[in-house]
This record gives sequence, C-alpha cells and structure tokens, in this order.
Amino acid sequence: MTSCHHLHLPSRRDALLGAGALFAWTQMPRLARAEGRDPRLLVIVLRGGLDGLGAVAPVGDPDWVGLRGDRALLLDGKPPALPLDGFFALNPAMPNLHRLFTARQASIVHATATPYRERSHFDGQDVLESGFARPGSVDSGWLNRALLALASDGRVDPAGSRAIGVGAVTPLVVRGKAPVMSWVPQQLLPASEDTQARLLDLYQHTDPKLADALATRIRLAALGRAGGVGTTIQDPATLPPPGIERVRAYFADAAGTAGRFLARPDGPRVGAMGFAGWDTHINEGAAAGQLANLLGALDGALAAVEKSMGEAWRETVVAVVTEFGRTARINGTDGTDHGTGTVAFLAGGALRGGRMVADWPGLKTAQLFEGRDLKPTIDLRSVFKGLLRDHLRVDEKALADTVFPGSADVVPAAGLVG
Amino acid sequence: MYAPQPAILRESAMSNPAAAEAVLALNRFGLGPRPGSIAAIAGDPRGALLAELDRPPASLAGAAALPSSAKAYRAVTDANARRAAKAKIAVRVQKEARQKLAADASAMMESSEQADNAMAAKVAAEAVPDPGRPIYLEEAKVRTEAALGAGIGFVERLVWFWSNHFCISANAVQSMSGAYEREAIRPHVLGRFTDMLLSAEGHPAMLIFLDNLGSMGANSIAGINRTRGLNENLAREILELHTLGVRSGYGQDDVIGFANVLTGWTLLPPGDNPEHGGEFSFNPRLHEPGPQKVLGKTYDDETVEQGRAVLRDLSTQPATATHVATKLARHFVADTPPAPLVERMAKTFRDSDGDLKEVARTMISSDESWTQPAGKLKRPGEWGVGMVRATGITKVDPVRFTGGQALLGEPLWRPSAPKGFPDDEASWIGGMGLRLDIANNFAERVAATVDPQDIIETVYGGAVSSEAMAAVGRAETRQQALALLFMSAEFQRR
Repeated sequence: MTSCHHLHLPSRRDALLGAGALFAWTQMPRLARAEGRDPRLLVIVLRGGLDGLGAVAPVGDPDWVGLRGDRALLLDGKPPALPLDGFFALNPAMPNLHRLFTARQASIVHATATPYRERSHFDGQDVLESGFARPGSVDSGWLNRALLALASDGRVDPAGSRAIGVGAVTPLVVRGKAPVMSWVPQQLLPASEDTQARLLDLYQHTDPKLADALATRIRLAALGRAGGVGTTIQDPATLPPPGIERVRAYFADAAGTAGRFLARPDGPRVGAMGFAGWDTHINEGAAAGQLANLLGALDGALAAVEKSMGEAWRETVVAVVTEFGRTARINGTDGTDHGTGTVAFLAGGALRGGRMVADWPGLKTAQLFEGRDLKPTIDLRSVFKGLLRDHLRVDEKALADTVFPGSADVVPAAGLVG
Repeated sequence: MYAPQPAILRESAMSNPAAAEAVLALNRFGLGPRPGSIAAIAGDPRGALLAELDRPPASLAGAAALPSSAKAYRAVTDANARRAAKAKIAVRVQKEARQKLAADASAMMESSEQADNAMAAKVAAEAVPDPGRPIYLEEAKVRTEAALGAGIGFVERLVWFWSNHFCISANAVQSMSGAYEREAIRPHVLGRFTDMLLSAEGHPAMLIFLDNLGSMGANSIAGINRTRGLNENLAREILELHTLGVRSGYGQDDVIGFANVLTGWTLLPPGDNPEHGGEFSFNPRLHEPGPQKVLGKTYDDETVEQGRAVLRDLSTQPATATHVATKLARHFVADTPPAPLVERMAKTFRDSDGDLKEVARTMISSDESWTQPAGKLKRPGEWGVGMVRATGITKVDPVRFTGGQALLGEPLWRPSAPKGFPDDEASWIGGMGLRLDIANNFAERVAATVDPQDIIETVYGGAVSSEAMAAVGRAETRQQALALLFMSAEFQRR
C-alpha cells in the first residue's frame, strides 16, 4: 500500500523568491526582519539511531501488526497509541508532542533518511550533521554554514554569536566558521542504561567481580527508584530503568536552557544539542520500556523548550533528527538493529503544523530497503532545506552549494512553515 | 570507520607480546600508557623502569612558583587575622548605628540584635578570601600535571605511595598539604627511609595533623605552668602506621616514652615576624626533661636530637623493613603479595640501611612482580590519571579534577584517617558505578578529538581483550565507545 501524505503548499516564501531572489541573496537577515519576524531554529540530534516505527507507528498499514507482533503500537493497545492522521499513531510516551500536533504546532516526517546508506553510527552522524552526502567531512556543520550564508556579505560578526551549542561537546551540526557559543548543563548526564548494560555485558565476559559490582549498583538504583520504606515493592518488570529520572531531568534542563537563550532578544538564533541513548538493540519495549522512557524524556524536553521560549515559541522551529532508523523487524534480543528510514519530529509555533509528511513505502519485505529496513522516500536534506529557506530565509543557491553541497537535485520541502 | 576488527587487532597484539609487557609495566608501576610510551619502552620494559630510578625526572615543573609550607601557612593565618578584625569592625559599626537609631526612636527590636551583628560579621569576614584553597588547587594542578606528563611515572607513583604512607590531611592543613609532599616526601622517595621519616615527622603539617603542637611534658616548664600534658597521637601513629606496624611488639609504655620524647616538636607561631612563622621549631619549654625509654633503649639526650635518635632507630628495625616492604608490594603488585617478593624487598631494606631506590629496584627485578596476573584494582586517582594520559591530554582543571577524585572517594590529600587510603580491591570496587559516571562525563568532553580505536591500537599497542575491542566497535557514539574503553578491565586493573 502506498499512501501519499506528502503535501506541497504554497507559501509566502514562493512569492518572495519570485520577486527578488538576488535581493534576498545579499540581504537575508533584513528580509526576515522586514517581514516582522525573528525566526529561531533548534536542532536536536538523537544519537544512536531512533526506531521511527517504534515512535510513530503506521497503524493503518495492513502489514504493521504482522511485522512487529505484540510489540506493534496500536490505537487500542495498552496504553493506546495517540492518533495522528488516521494512518499513523504516536507512541503514548509523547503526550506533549501529540498536543502540539493537534494544535498544528508540530509535524512529523516519516520514512525519511539522510543520503547515508551504511550502518555506522559515527559516519551516519557525520553525514547528518555535516550536510555532506558522504562521511569524512567533519570541519563544519550545515547549520553553521547556513548562518554564514545568511550573513549579508559573507562575513559574520565575531562579536555576536548567533548559534549556541548545548553540551560539553559542541555538536558538529553547529560547528564551523560562524562563531558559536557553548553552554554546558549543570547536571552531569549520567551514563545511560544502554551504556551500563553494555559495560555489564563486557564485564560478564571479562571480569566477573567488576560485573557483580556494577550489577549491584544497577539494582540499588532500581530499588532507590521504587520508593522508601513502607511503599509497596513494585514488580521489577514494571520498574523504569535506573537513572531514567536523571536522564529526564538532563534532557529538560538542557533543552529548556537552550530555549531560554534562543528566546532572548539579543540571544542566538539557532542552536543544536545532542541526546544519546537511542541504540536500542536489546529490550527496546514499545508503548512502555526503554524506548518509551527515552521518548518520554524527549517529550519533556520539547515541553521545556516551549515553556522557556515564551512568546518566541511562535517564531520557533525545533527539528528532532537522528542518524538513521532501525530494522523494521524485532531482532533476537527484543530490540532492533541499525537500519535506514526513520522519523523526524518538527515542533514549534512557526510551523504550519498538524500534518504527517510522508510518502509511505509500505512494509512488505519487497518494500523494505534491502529487505530489512524501512525504505526512505524523503531525503532528510529536503526537510532541512525547506526549513532553512522558508523559516530562516537562506538562499536556495547557497543551500545547494555550500550548506548541503551537491544537493541541487534535492528539492526543498515546501509548506512546512508559514 | 569504526567497524570492529577484533580478529586482526588481537593478532597484532599476540604478534607483539612486548606491547603487553610494556602495558603491564606502565600500568602496574607507572601511571598508564600515553601516546608514544609503548614504543619508548617496549624493547625492555624492566630496564626502562630501572632507568627511571637512575635518572629521575627533573624537579617538579611549576613548583618554583608555589609557596613553601611556612609561607602558605602564614598567608592563611594572616587572612584569618584580617578576617577576624573585619568582623569585629563590622559588629562595632552595627552597634554604633543601632545606638544612634535607639537615640532617635526608643522602640528597638532587641531580638534581632545578635542576628544582625552575626550577619554583619559574616559579610565582613567573607570579604577576606581564604588563600588556602587556591594554594591547594595550584598544588593539585602541579602534581597532577607532573603525573600526566611523566614518561612512565614510576617515580611519581612512588611519591604518591609514600605521600599516602606518611599522609596528612588537607582538612587539617589545607594550605600546607601540597607543600608537605614536595618538602617532606618527594626529595626522599629514592633516598633513605630514615631521611624521609625524619623529614615527615618533623614537618609542621604532620605536627598539626597528629596534634603534637601543644603536646607538653608534665614536668616541662610549660606543663608545670599550665598544668597540661602529653598528647600521644603522633608517637602512636609513628609506631603503628609509619614504622613498625601494628601489633609488632611495642606497648603502651613505649608510646608514652616516645610521646615524651616528641614533646617540644612544634612550629614557630606566625604573627610576630612577617618573614618567619610556620616552620618547624623545637621548643625546650614544652619538652619533658630527663631520659626516656622506648623499646627497651634509654635515650638520654634532652634536645631535639632525642627524638631524632628514636626515629633513626625505628627506621632500621626489622619490623619496619617488613612493614614497608609489605605495603609497597601490596600497592604495586597485588592485594596479597607473594611472600618471597615481600621477603626479598625487606631483606634489601635491611641490608641497604633502608635505601628506598634499592628496595624499588629489587621489586622491579623480581619475577614475582611480573608473573602476577593483572588483577589489582587501580585506586581512583590512579585510574583517573591513567584515563586522561591515554588521551594525550597533559593539562588539567584542578577544580574539576579534585572534584572528580573526591566524588570517587579518594579526595586528594584528604584521607579520612591517618592510616591513609586503603590499597585493596574490597575498599574500592563499590565505586565502579561512580567511575562510570566520571568516565562518561570525561568521554563526552573529549569525544570530538579522541579516537577510541587509536587508543586501543597505538596507545595500548593492541593489548586489549577482543571483548573490549568489540564493545568499543559496537558503541553507538564515540562518547560511549570511550566510556566503555575507560571502564574496561584493561583500564581498571593492573
């Protein structure tokens, strides 16, 4: 089945382009100001490879339940998935995103991917963030080069950082010649449940004593979460993984602070941050469990941005993207392995939201990429290019030449904002 | 780019067993491999360790700018005095204002008076910063960077060992804690144990830490005039911790005799002279007169030499040789060190009159030091420095670094008791979860510039288990790959 939800809507931008492309090329920032706008863009990179099908399920696809079995999100599941457009439904861990979608302040792109077709996290992230079609270019990111293109004469005022990177390491997507301010959250990001599990696995194969020590710590953390003396001991299977509260707090703290910076009249206008932990090879869960916990933390982060931005939210787009998706089918350890097509979340008051953007490829084996992954039908660069063109007013030629080099054939997705 | 290649790498490690021995040498006796160190010593790791003993690193870089312990101490006492004066003035001003107010309006809130005074004093006092902490941090930076920059780090490890053996606590003397190590420990780690013992026990930091400043003989001039007396703490800990070892044959009479001997070992009080104060001083007015008996021997001399004679004798006791050899072997080789190794090191100690370079040489030259499996769990500070060294970073932010060490339970120069930090796995293995958080945080900060595969292949020469290589290769981010590598048994054990 192919169901085309890919919408092309006319925007003010189309008229502007027709009227004064050359003018726009040299006077980009003034152009946005002349429109009475002061647009903001925040990019959140989910490192590890988000399972797009576990986050946004094609409940209307006849092959969906057969593919994921009892791990298929369903509209009548427990808990039920949140309906989006009749064909797709959202993981119930994301009520905030669902509220924004309903309020036409969020859109979701599905079956999308960067041009990268291998399955290395690091190379995949390099492609996603550098904006180059192939890995290996790690000097600058597309968001930084978009800022350079926005500078009216190609120079950027070094005194005024227009970009912010959140985290101890500035994400590649925002690194480059345009000055970047960095902000490190107060809270230490704890080692993720996934990292703990991997280390425990390594210890179990190499050092039983260290394995015991680490396992004890993990158990204690779980007990601490279960509550103090006098509370009912919960069924261990229903306990959230240890540390998820801290992850939740970190996501919200980091994203909320990014929002506060972007909201300031004299603050940066674009920002980037990364959240790790999405490499769900083992015990991924579905409507509950590891992935749902992370999606819940991400949902909280989106709410934190919305809240911290105040009035500026209506001029904001938050793009949540990942290096690749995961296998369409569940693997042998109740998780999913590295795949290709996945989802991207867009949220913000500047969006013409409430829509699913997808050219659905189907889930039959023959329709899957290499017989295993959701086939990407939308180049993620077209989404970025559409946002940069219509929201920040980056010139289309710069988008094709310097921001996403060699992407002239990737048409900017129209109608996402406005 | 990061596809795991365990089979190939394992082969390269096996085809290069020298790399494995070099890694063991660097971890067990040094501060861990850093870029280039495997290549530098792989030809002859044991020889390289012995060579470092003969050609110890030049004096501590950056130490010239650090204040002596006495000067640091004076800076703090001076600040304390100024702070007290500021607080007094603030209270005086507050009172005058209140009296003026009372003259104007008879109604006054009596109850808040004390609180106001205390607040005014506190605010005024806080205007005088404590110089102790910046001195401590600068000392920590110099020491840690010496460890990060050391070729092998064997001599630095010896400094760390002896500093912990003769520990003081920065909780008692923050300003002096780094200078103590530079003045009393570092110059003697390749010298004679006797000299280190004399310089440690006579250092003002030790006399402060183990409560000897006010210890006075009951029959001393001061003791008679002030009807005060002995504090046994220093004497007992020297016998129990620094020399003979617990249950080695001394009794309470020996502790008392020795404590009497040590009366008068104090420091020159600061305040009278801006150029002096905070140095060691022997005050005869505090000293118990007459001969004293320690371990069956009578010491007649009634000056500072009485104490020095006792210390010299203690330093050459066979029990001291065994105690020191056991602790050294336990620290470097194994929680339960091989008995023949301990005995050989003790014999060297006895035969060489406590020549610590010879004892270290015996340890390196003994096969038992090399045949023990790499099962010793690194202490937190050692592990943290090893992790940073592997990345090639040589500069530290002392606030961050000391904060991390404190979080891991080994705050620099702040052991919770005179016994120092423990040296066994059971004491430290519970902290693995915290180590993971630290490793994860450090990995996040360096992930943009540090390649985990490069650490495995070049810094560690491929001498990493295939399981660890596979875990690193499969990691979802460079940060995770680095965190897993830093937490692997190869980084934790030696």
